[in-house]
Amino acid sequence: MTYIAQTPEQIRGLIAKAKRWDVIFVALGIIALGIGLLTFVALFLDMLIDGWARLRPEFFTQFPSRRAGQAGILSAWVGTTLVMLVTAAVAVPLGVAAGVYLEEYAPKNWVTDIIEINITNLAGVPSIVYGLLALGLFVYAFGLGQSIRTAGLTLALLILPVVIVATREAIRSIPGMIREGAYAVGATKWQTTKDHIIPYSLPGILTGVIIGMSRAIGETAPIITIGALTFIAFLPPSPVSMDFPFLSFEWLKAPFTVMPIQMFNWTSRPDEAFHANAAAAGTILVFMTLAMNGLAIWLRYRLRKNIKW
Amino acid sequence: MVTAMEARTQTTTHATMLGSARSGAIAPAVSDAPAPPLKAESRNLSFHYGKFQALKSISMPVHEYQVTALIGPSGCGKSTFLRCFNRMHDLYPNTRYDGEIVLQPDNTNLLADDVDPIEVRMRVSMVFQKPNPFPKSIYENVAYGLRVRGISNRNMLDEKVEQSLRGAALWDEVKHRLNEVGSNLSGGQQQRLCIARALATDPEIMLFDEPTSALDPIATASIEELISELKKKVTILIVTHNMQQAARVSDYTAYMYLGEVVEFDKTDTIFFKPRRKETEDYITGRFG
Repeated sequence: MTYIAQTPEQIRGLIAKAKRWDVIFVALGIIALGIGLLTFVALFLDMLIDGWARLRPEFFTQFPSRRAGQAGILSAWVGTTLVMLVTAAVAVPLGVAAGVYLEEYAPKNWVTDIIEINITNLAGVPSIVYGLLALGLFVYAFGLGQSIRTAGLTLALLILPVVIVATREAIRSIPGMIREGAYAVGATKWQTTKDHIIPYSLPGILTGVIIGMSRAIGETAPIITIGALTFIAFLPPSPVSMDFPFLSFEWLKAPFTVMPIQMFNWTSRPDEAFHANAAAAGTILVFMTLAMNGLAIWLRYRLRKNIKW
Repeated sequence: MVTAMEARTQTTTHATMLGSARSGAIAPAVSDAPAPPLKAESRNLSFHYGKFQALKSISMPVHEYQVTALIGPSGCGKSTFLRCFNRMHDLYPNTRYDGEIVLQPDNTNLLADDVDPIEVRMRVSMVFQKPNPFPKSIYENVAYGLRVRGISNRNMLDEKVEQSLRGAALWDEVKHRLNEVGSNLSGGQQQRLCIARALATDPEIMLFDEPTSALDPIATASIEELISELKKKVTILIVTHNMQQAARVSDYTAYMYLGEVVEFDKTDTIFFKPRRKETEDYITGRFG
């Protein structure tokens, strides 16, 4: 029998030695966190200061102009909002349906394994590749033009894998016993899916959708590839009108620009004054993303409040 | 109530000890009273998880309006056997049934390929080991089985929900907060909510899979009392790892070991004078 040294002094010494690693880890963690946060804050503040003078109400209501002082982001923020609407309207139903099918209905075999690997890989494909695909498919083959609908569809493709993966993860986090409880009273697969699986996975799905949308809102490369305009001084036709049938989808076919493209355009001009415009637009883009994330956190909190197992 | 239970437990222990002294010379344990009518019967039931055979040719009756307990050490297949009665295994791949479970009075083989598992689950309901209320209101939890049957008439739902909650001895505790989330209830209340949910659809058989293993002794006592009350209206099959519980609540007991029913008889017979040495060893605590 071997005995280890066990006097109280020795034990205290051992604990002190072991606890040194706690201190080291906490220090490393704080440093890592600090680097990330400080970089973001510095970049954001720099941008905010550069653009501060331009952050006036007129900035939101004016079209781009040759004179930096009169240029605004009206067409850009309207374009971004509309493209995001199309993206969400396409990516959410498709992604959720695909995720639910893969998780609840599809047999678990090599075909679904291959599909799963492909979806994960698709999430890592560079966005310019999606832009080239969209140019060939949506713009030329389907003739959808260099329009809001093309941009929306392109970005929807881009975030589809994110939505599918998030949906599957959210569904997997539902305990098996809840599923069994539903089946045990005689529910069919669809009844279980619609009454339990989808409602309970909604907070998780929402998180995935927002992560995807936050990525899409800043995408520039695929949008340039499909041929978004950089200078646009009119708005798409209004979706609502006073005359019958009151709703119009003509805006889907309209040419457009989006915030990142507007920024890109301004930063590439030699006139310093345009750089201030770009900084102001960047600040607003950051706030748009933050607002989307805030909405997601709030919705998730509301939905999750009543879901516990 | 508690004293009566304790008394019975003591008698049981005492009697089993007596029984062990007398083992060897035991008359065939056929009871004098005529057996109650059959509700279901498993015939040569075998079950496979992939290549592993979990149940080996089980033949056993289930009597109507009686409580039948399945006891045995962990891994003996008692839960697997129970879950055959509502085709729960159909939810998972690579499972296979052989043999039959015949439900009376219509003589339907629950395991037949042309019998939809959903039909089986509409006739045979289940209460699980851990309370699993849906994260929905108390009302919707109980009403869910009716909703999947397409019942949406508010009066009918109200009536059935109240009736089921009364049947599960939960009505008085929750009648003023039917719209609250079911998972906010205590563990024992949650389990009674699950019993109400399983009761609402007027099942012919109710399956209980270790329904009190996650509950404290007081909640356990109330569930046991409830089971004794429920058997007036419904046939009950219960898996339990607690032998005292089997002795307290059941009329018939099956002792299972390694996927087989070693002995099946009236509960008193199993506990007082088992025919098989293995049963006696398990019941007296020498094994298991």
